[in-house]
Amino acid sequence: MSTATASVSPGSARAARFVIYGLLLLFAFIYLLPFFVMLVTSLKPLAEIRSGNMLALPQSPSLDAWAKAWGTACIGVDCSGIKGYFWNSIRMVVPAVAISTILGALNGYVLTKWRFPGHKLVFGMMLFACFIPFQAVLIPMARVLGIIGLANTTSGLILVHVVYGLGFTTLFFRNYYEAFPDELIKAAQIDGAGFFRIFWRILLPSSGPIIVVTVIYQFTNIWNDFLFGVSFASGGGAPMTVALNNLVSSSTGVKEYNVDMAAAMFAALPTLIVYVVAGRYFVRGLMAGAVKG
Amino acid sequence: MTLTVDAVEPVRRKAGVLDRVRDILPKIVLAPSFALILFFVYGFILWTLYLSFTNSRILPIYEIVGFDAYINLWSQPNWYMALKNLAIFGTLYIGLCIAIGLLLAILLDQKIRGEGVLRPIFLYPMALSFVVTGTAWKWFLNPGLGLERTMQQWGFENFQFDWLTSTDMAIYCVVIAGVWQASGFVMAMFLAGLRGIDGEIIKAAQIDGASSFSIYRRIVIPLLRPAFLSAVIVLAHMAIKSYDLVIALTGGGPGNATELPSTFMYSYTFTRSQMAVGSASAIMMLMGITAIIVPYLYSELREPAR
Repeated sequence: MSTATASVSPGSARAARFVIYGLLLLFAFIYLLPFFVMLVTSLKPLAEIRSGNMLALPQSPSLDAWAKAWGTACIGVDCSGIKGYFWNSIRMVVPAVAISTILGALNGYVLTKWRFPGHKLVFGMMLFACFIPFQAVLIPMARVLGIIGLANTTSGLILVHVVYGLGFTTLFFRNYYEAFPDELIKAAQIDGAGFFRIFWRILLPSSGPIIVVTVIYQFTNIWNDFLFGVSFASGGGAPMTVALNNLVSSSTGVKEYNVDMAAAMFAALPTLIVYVVAGRYFVRGLMAGAVKG
Repeated sequence: MTLTVDAVEPVRRKAGVLDRVRDILPKIVLAPSFALILFFVYGFILWTLYLSFTNSRILPIYEIVGFDAYINLWSQPNWYMALKNLAIFGTLYIGLCIAIGLLLAILLDQKIRGEGVLRPIFLYPMALSFVVTGTAWKWFLNPGLGLERTMQQWGFENFQFDWLTSTDMAIYCVVIAGVWQASGFVMAMFLAGLRGIDGEIIKAAQIDGASSFSIYRRIVIPLLRPAFLSAVIVLAHMAIKSYDLVIALTGGGPGNATELPSTFMYSYTFTRSQMAVGSASAIMMLMGITAIIVPYLYSELREPAR
């Protein structure tokens, strides 16, 4: 809905528009500021950061800090930059997103089109699993990963992210398939199509939007995760976010703010690119994550 | 007659087996996921609960000693600090996110030119990791090189902003960074709510001569009740779980000034070797979230047709 300010005089209406645009631009400025500062800091040499103004544009922008953050910055005793951790994150995110999305789609299909007594309870239990504080499963998970030999490995993190992402992916697909007409399923059944054929031929071809939403949601969440990474893979197998935190909070040597910010940019770029390219789906995923689809 | 029965029987039996396979196939497909959830979520919660009744320190000990860990937990000044901080952080985080989110949504709903440009700007922080947010704000609020010095260079010589290193004020830095990250999301929720309101109601009120302000106060905001509820639930849930932001921004410090239950749990379990106390604090967090989420999920799922 929109309220047109029709009943007031043109003068005060113009003043009101002025205030509205002013406020919006002010907020936009504030929201962009930290990112802007992060970006310009990453492009400045250290001397300019120390002597100059935080908001000033770099006098001669250089990607030296980016190169250092990527390839030679020291994280702990290892001085080969964040590139290894970046690839760790990629290796973790891709399988975890794929597996949890496929399982979520199948679960959503069963929970809407092949209902059985107790399907509500099963769904409720999976849904509640989305919201538990992960602190309540941290200690047993660390033990189990140790016992099955997956502590400090990317495979271990994939397992963790699949398990704790299942609730969300199931929720997304369930809500989407709920609106899918049952008549089509019934007609296909009468024609002799089985469980998987109906899924493959009828539901999947029309699931494009929800697959995109789920993949983006899972990608963002898993890429940005820190708690599981720091708890279960803090060594060489650590994901990007953990490496970034180790780099920034290390207190040895000269504090290289430009390198810190460049590393933060590397951690931020994948999800930002996804957001810029597919923002509409990103928002839809966030909204669906607040349960109401 | 017998002939026909014989001829029909095997076919029927075969169909029976197929039917049964077809009947249980969906359950077979769902079973692995449900088993994973049962074990890794509910089993692990019970495991943590069990540990909280033991005397575990650096490693789990499976001998029940009763409520010692809970008594220990509730006698830790650190735990009270964590709860106090959570109360401050949670209240301000939820309150400010809703206030700013609602304001931005209402402003954007005034037939704004360039809405398509402004909306993504308010929402992009939500795409960032809390660790990135914490890193960026840690630099931005750095007393020596960040905002404070910038303002001083601009001529506000007495400008002081050292909240990040102040024991009393550091928690408010966490609030600022948290609100920056999540308020755009709340805006999107309210905007969706506003767009769903029937314009006829507003027109009727305008014809009756109601001012814009009273239309919002008396009609629009009450109609946004569901969006308010969702926003409070989501934000409360995020506040209780907040961990990465504090770690990246302040590391829980200075001292224990920005300790939250989540950082308390982590440090007692993994660095202070007090696993039983850590488990007890995790159970407390779980109880807090359950009290918020379960009634909400119940009311959301109870609706007959969605």
